[in-house]
Amino acid sequence: MDIPAFLDQLVIARLSILKGLGMTVSISFLAICVGTMLGIGVGLALTYGGRPLRWIVRAYTDFIRGTPVLVLVLASYYVLGTIGVDLGPFEAGVLALAVFCSSHVGEIVRGALQSIAIGQTEAAKAIGLTFPQTFFHVLGPQALRQILPAWVNTAAEMVKASTLLSIIGVSELLLRTQELISRTFLSLEFYCFAGFLYFVVNYGIERFGRYVERKTAIPS
Amino acid sequence: MAENLLEITGLHKQYGAVEVLKGVDCAMRPGEVISIIGSSGSGKTTMLRCINMLEDFQGGSIRIDGEAIGYRLDGDIRRRKKESEIARQRAMTGMVFQQFNLFPHMTAASNVMLGLVKVKKFAREEARAIAEKWLDRVGLRERADHYPGQLSGGQQQRVAIARAIAMNPKLMLFDEVTSALDPELVSEVLQVIKGLASDGMSMLLVTHEMRFAYEVSSRVIFMNQGRIGEEGDPREMFNRPRTERLAEFLRTSTFAK
Repeated sequence: MDIPAFLDQLVIARLSILKGLGMTVSISFLAICVGTMLGIGVGLALTYGGRPLRWIVRAYTDFIRGTPVLVLVLASYYVLGTIGVDLGPFEAGVLALAVFCSSHVGEIVRGALQSIAIGQTEAAKAIGLTFPQTFFHVLGPQALRQILPAWVNTAAEMVKASTLLSIIGVSELLLRTQELISRTFLSLEFYCFAGFLYFVVNYGIERFGRYVERKTAIPS
Repeated sequence: MAENLLEITGLHKQYGAVEVLKGVDCAMRPGEVISIIGSSGSGKTTMLRCINMLEDFQGGSIRIDGEAIGYRLDGDIRRRKKESEIARQRAMTGMVFQQFNLFPHMTAASNVMLGLVKVKKFAREEARAIAEKWLDRVGLRERADHYPGQLSGGQQQRVAIARAIAMNPKLMLFDEVTSALDPELVSEVLQVIKGLASDGMSMLLVTHEMRFAYEVSSRVIFMNQGRIGEEGDPREMFNRPRTERLAEFLRTSTFAK
C-alpha cells in the first residue's frame, strides 16, 4: 500500500469524492423517503385493503421483491424510455430504488400492524374511536416502534444498493472512486476508502435508529 | 315503571353455519346490575359484544334508550349503520375486557384521556381532571403517569375500568374481567365494580365469579346453548334453580354453598 501517494491523490480528488458521497447520500435519502411513504401505503393496503386491492398490491410486492435491484435499475432507465417516460439516470435510479424500498417497507408495515393484538382495536372501538382515530392514536404508534429496527436495515440496504446506479452513469461514490482508480491505479487504497465511507453512512443510520428506539421505548 | 335502558329482542348471531345466539330477549331498567352466567360456548360473551357492535348480528334488535344499535330498517331491508354512527353508539356503553387491552404506549392517565379528548372533545386539561378523578376512584391516582407495563394485572384492569367509565356511558359491560387475573388480585377489581354498582351504575357482567354474581346482581341470566335458560333473582336462582341445566351448571361451578 502506497500511503503517501494515496494521501496525495486523496487531497487532489477530495472534491470529487465529496461530490460522490453527496450524491450517494442524496440518492439514498430520496429513495428511502419516497420508498417509505409508498411502503406505508403498500402496508396499509395489504393489511386493510379490500380483496381486489390486496391482491394487486400483493402481486406488486412479490414481483418487486423477487427481482434483483440491478434489473429494476436497468429497467427503470432503459425500458421506461421505450414507453415514452424519459427519465435521466438520477431520476430513473432513485425511482428504481424507491420502488424496491416500498415493497420491503410495505411488508414490514404489514407485519407490524398484524402483530398488534386485536384487543387493541376492540378497546379503541369500545370507547367510540373511529378507524382513522384508532389508527393514528393506537395502532400507528405501536406499529412504528416495531417497524424501526427492520426499517433501519432496509435504509442501510438502500445505501448499499445505490452503488448499482453507477451502471447507468450516475456519478455517485462508487463511480467517482472507479474513475479515480483508473487515473491513479491505487485500487486497493481507494476501494478501502470508499468502503469506509459507506460504512460511516450506514453506521450513522444505525446509531440514529438506536437513538430513536431508545427515545420511544415504552417504560415497563 | 321507568323506560327500559336496554332492550334486546330476538337476537340472532351466527358465525358461518354455527348459530351462537338463537333468539335472545332481554330488557334492563336503569340502575340494574345483571350478571350473565353459563358454561363456555353458551353465547354470553357474544351477547355482550353484540351490544357495542364488536360483533355484527344477523337478526333481532338491540336498543339502548330506545335507539336501535348497529342496524336500521330501510323498508324491509336491514342495513348496517355508517361506521361513524356505530362509533358514536359504541360510546354509549363502556366495556371492560378480560385481557384489559390497555394501550401500552400511553400512561394510565392518557389511556383514560384518549376517548375524552378524541370522542367527547374535551380540552386536555378537563380530560386530565376527569381522568384523575376516576383513577382516584379506582385507587390509582398516584399511578396516573405509569405505563401499563409498570402496573400489576389488577391495577391495569382498574385503569381499564376507569377508562371505560370516564366516558360517562349509560351502561357498563364487563366481559369476564377477573378471569385473566391472579387469584390474589381478583378482589381489588371486584371491589371497584361493587362500588360502581352501589353508585347506581347500570351494569351487565359476564362472569365466572358465582359468589360475586350472587352478591352484586339485582338479576342473573343463565345462558344455555345460545338462549336464555333461566333468569331471575340471584337468591332464587342459586338456591332453587328451576331447570336441571342450571342446577348442573351450579354444581360444577365454583359456587359451593
